[in-house]
Amino acid sequence: MSALLGYRRPDGRVGVRNRVVILPVDDLSNAACERVADVVPGTVALPHHYGRLQYGEDLELTFRTLIGTGANPNVAAAVVVCIEPNWARRVADGIAATGKPVEVFSIERYGDLVTIASAARAAQRLLQAASELRPEPVERRELLLSIKCGESDTTTGLGSCPTVSQVVDRHVTDGGTVIFGETTELTGGEDLIAGRCQDPAVRAAFQRMYDGYIAELERSNANLLGSQPTEGNIRGGLSTIEEKALGNIAKTGTVPVVDALEPAVAPTRPGLNFMDSSSAAAEFITLMGAAGAVIHLFPTGQGNIIGNPIVPVIKVTANPLTATTMAEHIDLDVSGLLRRDYALAEAGDRLMALVERTANGRLTCAEALGHREFVLTKLYRSA
Amino acid sequence: MNERSRVGFLVHNEGDHVGVAVEDVPPGPAVAVYMDSDREAAVEALEPIPLGHKIALTDLAAAADVIEYGVRVAMTRAAIGRGQLVHVHNVRSARWEGSR
Repeated sequence: MSALLGYRRPDGRVGVRNRVVILPVDDLSNAACERVADVVPGTVALPHHYGRLQYGEDLELTFRTLIGTGANPNVAAAVVVCIEPNWARRVADGIAATGKPVEVFSIERYGDLVTIASAARAAQRLLQAASELRPEPVERRELLLSIKCGESDTTTGLGSCPTVSQVVDRHVTDGGTVIFGETTELTGGEDLIAGRCQDPAVRAAFQRMYDGYIAELERSNANLLGSQPTEGNIRGGLSTIEEKALGNIAKTGTVPVVDALEPAVAPTRPGLNFMDSSSAAAEFITLMGAAGAVIHLFPTGQGNIIGNPIVPVIKVTANPLTATTMAEHIDLDVSGLLRRDYALAEAGDRLMALVERTANGRLTCAEALGHREFVLTKLYRSA
Repeated sequence: MNERSRVGFLVHNEGDHVGVAVEDVPPGPAVAVYMDSDREAAVEALEPIPLGHKIALTDLAAAADVIEYGVRVAMTRAAIGRGQLVHVHNVRSARWEGSR
C-alpha cells in the first residue's frame, strides 16, 4: 500500500480534502455565498435553511454545526457571511479557534453587492493560499470515519453493513475513531448497543439519549410506521423497524462503544463513538462533518445517492440489482457476498483499500456527480 | 461439498425462522445456507420470493415471535407456513404499535 497522504491542520487534525468553504450563518446569506462561489469557482458554498430566530438548544446545535463544519479538517479556510455582525463573529471565532484562516462579512449597512465583492476577494486569496498547502504522510488511524446506511434492505444486513463492520473493527483496533448514530433506528437492538458501552456512565448516557428520542417520537402521536421502515426499505424486503435496526447494527463491528455524544460534538475518545442523531442521511452526514469526520462509509441497499460538500461519502452495496441499475452511485459492489464468491474479510480488504484511495484523492461517486447535501438538524420550530 | 449447489437463501443465524432470498427465487426446491455455521439446508418455496425478501424456514403460529439475527425482529399477524413469503402482509413490528 502506498503512503497515505493528508492535510495536517494547525489544530493537529488530519483532513483528506482541501476545501475553501463559503459559509452562510443564516438563510438570508445564502444568495451572497452562492454568488461568491460562482465568482471564485474553486470554493464551495454551503447554503442551508436556518439560522434566524432560533433559541436554546436548537440555536446551540446550529452554531455547533456551522462552527464544526468550518473547523472540519477537510476545510482549509472559511469565509463566513451573516446578515448581521454579531452571530457572524461568533461562528467565525469558533472556526478560527482551530488556527485556520477565516474571513467574516455581514450584509447589513453594505448590501449584497458590496458584500459579494469583498467576500469574493477574500475567498480568492484564501483559495490561492490553500492551493499551496501540500498533503503530507499521515497514519490511517488519524482519519476520523463515520458510518450510516441508507435505503437499507435485507442485503444491507447480509453484505454491505458487515463489510463496513470489518473496517470499523480494524480501524478502531489500530487506534482510530469511528462515529455511528441513528438513534431511533436502533429500536429492537438498542440493548445490544447498551451492552457494548464500555462503562456504566456511557451506558446511562446512551440510554438517556435513546429513551429521550423515542419519547419525543411518541409525544408526536404520529404513526411512525408510515416512515419506519421506509417505502424503499419495504420494497427491498425489510418488514419492521427491528429488522432494519439489526441490519443497521451489523455495520458497527464488535468493538466497545466508548462514548455517547450530543449531536455535532467532536469525539475526544479514540474508538467507536455513538452520536445521538436522526437517521435522515443529509442531516446525519452534516452532523458527522461538524464532528470532524473526514470520510463517511455508507452501505446502501436500494440505492441512496447522498453526498456532502466537505465529507467524501463512500457507497457500498451488496444488492446486485442496485449495483447494476445505479452503478454510477456505487463505489464498492460487494454483491459477491450474497453469491458467496468471496469471504467477508476480503470485502473488508477492498473497502479498506478504497478508504485509503479516497483519502489519497480518489473522488467518490457522490463527489464526481456533485452531490453536496448540507442539512442542519432542527430540534424545534423557531421563535 | 460438490460444485456448490446454487444458493437461494442466506440465513443469519442457526435458529432463525427466516432466510433472505439472494436472487429472485421461483416456487420449488432451493438451498439455504446458514452464515454462522455454513450449514446448507433444503427448503421449498411455496410462492415466488423476490430478491431481498424472506422465506419462512419453519411453521409459525399466529402472534408468534419471528427470529432473525438470533433475536426477535417481528411478530406474526397470522399463522405462516414453512416455505411462505414473510413480509409486511403477515408480520408486524413487536415494538411500535400501529404497524401496518
